[in-house]
Amino acid sequence: MLWKVLLLLGLSSAWAQKLCSPGASDGYKVRLSINSALGDQAYVWNENEMFLFRATLAFAMRTYSDGQEYDVANVVVCDETPRVSFWFVVTSPLDASLLVDKRRVEEAVRKSRSRINSAFLLTDDTLEFIGIPPTLEAPVAPDTPPWLIAFGVVMGGVGAGIVVLLVSSVVQKIRKKRDGEEETGGKTENEAASDAIYNMSFSDDEPVTQM
Amino acid sequence: MKLKLPNPELDDRIPSYRDLERMEKEEAGDRPKWDNKAQYLLTCVGFCVGLGNVWRFPYLCQSHGGGAFMIPFLTLLVLEGIPLVHLEFAIGQRLRKGNVAVWSSIHPYLTGVGIASLLVSFLVGMYYNTIMAWIMWYLFNSFQSPLPWSQCPLNANRTGVVEECARSSTTDYFWYRETLNTSAAIDEFGGPQWWIVLTLLAAWTVLYVCCIRGIETTGKAVYVTSTLPYVVLTIFLIRGLTLKGSIEGIKFLFTPDINELMNPTAWLDAGAQVFYSFSLAFGGLVSFSSYNSIHNNCEQDAVLISIINGCTSVYSATVIYSIIGFRATQNFDDCTADNILKLMNTFNYPENMITENNYNEVLSNLNQTNPDIIQGLQLQTCDIQVFLSQGVEGTGLAFIVFTEAIIKMPISPLWAILFFAMLFCLGLSTMFGNIEGVVVPLQDLNVLPRTWPKEVLCALTCLISLAFGLIFSLSSGSYWLALFDNFAGSIPLLVIGFCEMFAVMYIYGVDRFNKDIEFMIGHKPNMFWQVTWRFVSPLIMVVILVFYFITQISKNPTYLVWDQEAESFPTLTRRPYPSWVYIIIFILAGIPSLAVPVVALYKFNQRKCCKQKDYSDSTLDTISAKIQRSDEIKF
Repeated sequence: MLWKVLLLLGLSSAWAQKLCSPGASDGYKVRLSINSALGDQAYVWNENEMFLFRATLAFAMRTYSDGQEYDVANVVVCDETPRVSFWFVVTSPLDASLLVDKRRVEEAVRKSRSRINSAFLLTDDTLEFIGIPPTLEAPVAPDTPPWLIAFGVVMGGVGAGIVVLLVSSVVQKIRKKRDGEEETGGKTENEAASDAIYNMSFSDDEPVTQM
Repeated sequence: MKLKLPNPELDDRIPSYRDLERMEKEEAGDRPKWDNKAQYLLTCVGFCVGLGNVWRFPYLCQSHGGGAFMIPFLTLLVLEGIPLVHLEFAIGQRLRKGNVAVWSSIHPYLTGVGIASLLVSFLVGMYYNTIMAWIMWYLFNSFQSPLPWSQCPLNANRTGVVEECARSSTTDYFWYRETLNTSAAIDEFGGPQWWIVLTLLAAWTVLYVCCIRGIETTGKAVYVTSTLPYVVLTIFLIRGLTLKGSIEGIKFLFTPDINELMNPTAWLDAGAQVFYSFSLAFGGLVSFSSYNSIHNNCEQDAVLISIINGCTSVYSATVIYSIIGFRATQNFDDCTADNILKLMNTFNYPENMITENNYNEVLSNLNQTNPDIIQGLQLQTCDIQVFLSQGVEGTGLAFIVFTEAIIKMPISPLWAILFFAMLFCLGLSTMFGNIEGVVVPLQDLNVLPRTWPKEVLCALTCLISLAFGLIFSLSSGSYWLALFDNFAGSIPLLVIGFCEMFAVMYIYGVDRFNKDIEFMIGHKPNMFWQVTWRFVSPLIMVVILVFYFITQISKNPTYLVWDQEAESFPTLTRRPYPSWVYIIIFILAGIPSLAVPVVALYKFNQRKCCKQKDYSDSTLDTISAKIQRSDEIKF
């Protein structure tokens, strides 16, 4: 009895291994770049981490696929390399010899990508599913472009400056005129003379009039 | 050799020493004055130190033998730059008039020199302020994080980035597409880009508010615009030196290549750079000096300003290249990391097995064992020298290369704001001189009635320049700007500069000029000035002019375009101009240059026909005649 159970287990795992192979039509290659993502704080990739990966993927299949109860055993992994890359396939919970269709796996992975990334403290670049491109997030576009705000501020300031300067020169002129009119006739003429262009004919006059 | 062309009645046109002393004592005349010497120096420094110091000189330095370029540059600075600056300062201070009035005082036939300066200042001001508008656009866009030129926009179905951006780079795309929205040829006009029109409006209104009352307002503005660039350069130097790879950049800049000294192009470029860098022949320096007190030491000022300008060029080159070194090192590291990743992924090596240090070894091993796989990978060759010598001149330096360096620095928006504020101040203070060279001559020529205030004339100038400047807001605007830059701001200035020197030395008279300087500063100019003014500087200018002319005429003028369909995309493609551009070139370069002889002929004709009518003009020497002539001087 016992040897039958053992034989079945051995056969099933061998069978499962056969389902997963590099280049499997319903499988995907995963590549992790832990050191480039985390540098000093990188963790070591070991069996436990692999277990977490299989569990996360089972979670993704449960939540975003047909709702069946996928388990860690349904995620089969093979061809691990020192690079930290491997292939995986997902078997159906109802029948361990059936593989779940590629597209369903892809859909589940796409939808739960951020959850999978954060489970491993990685990003779209450093945790790659070869063949599943990440959906790019559109850059945040604010309602008013920020440059228009800066432009408005500058134009407002400059406009106020122009108005102030023009008004002050007009006021100055009016004041000058008023001061000029208040003076007596002779004095204003002198003022007018000193305000105007220096009249060189008067300076040249001196040698002629010196007696 | 004391060649002096006959110039009768010169004394009647210029104030005598006694007049000058009286004007100084009584502070008569309605000519504006500087509040203090610092304002004058800062304004001149601001006018001379401009965008060329930041984005033209470093490129020339690096491409003409690095440290060895200092030799032609400093030599020509001393032999060409300083004498010309001293000449303009002295003649402005002595004759105390705006640019057009100064030359027509020396001789009425020389009015053309002033008018040529006016035209050149106007044309250059038009396109220079467009560069200011571009700088303002980047400055306004720096107030956000992440910076808009750090990301490519997504394409329509959000599967990837826009193709143009993917093939070039984010900063290329932001400059050519989102800023300029450039077309592929100068004859594909496109319409005006509304955001560029807005920033042009902003640039001209900022300029107007600073120039509204002439030196009264610009004198205050220069306290900020002339000093801020130095502060920012220092900040960038400190920041740059703490970045990885900056020393590589500085080494690249200053590594001397003595062989370059044998290359005549190095000397020509140095001479042209000195000439344009000092903003000579625009009329601005003459105008600014005319507001000085009569005994101001213009010799000292000239030497001081020249030294400051030269030192600023070298300083900013150091700063720019420290940042460029950082960018090049970053690009090199990215390139190597890319290659390493490719190798690791293909051969499934664990992550830290290949590093930058053993990359070459590993690659050569793999090449021996699996050459076909290596071939298939198409690894890029990463050469830091290539990255260091990439596109580092003109607008490309500021808007593509430097912006790329900025996005790699932490707290990018801060550095972007500082950098573009610095460029803005550099350009604005140069524009002050330009406006001075346009508005004051227009006042002298009595274009508007005298009763109209200066503010109105300034407003009209800004408005008309803005209206014409809308051509630069078209899709092909940057090509038009390059055209203006090449032709309006080059040959006419050399012609005017030469005419100025000739006029002062041989028409005004070198003896009279020496006496004037003795009167103003207390001692006669020494042998150095005599030799350089009379022979050396005019000779250098003629040589540069002739070579410029030859190089422009001998080859068909070409320009660089951003063409997505071209083979060499994303590198700019060189295309010949369409034939109608020759008319534009003639307008830009020919009309200001020809203004000198044409106006001379016109005045000659005028005099001839008036002389025939009034033969008693020259013999009468009465007071009333002198009063009549003083009316003439008043313009």
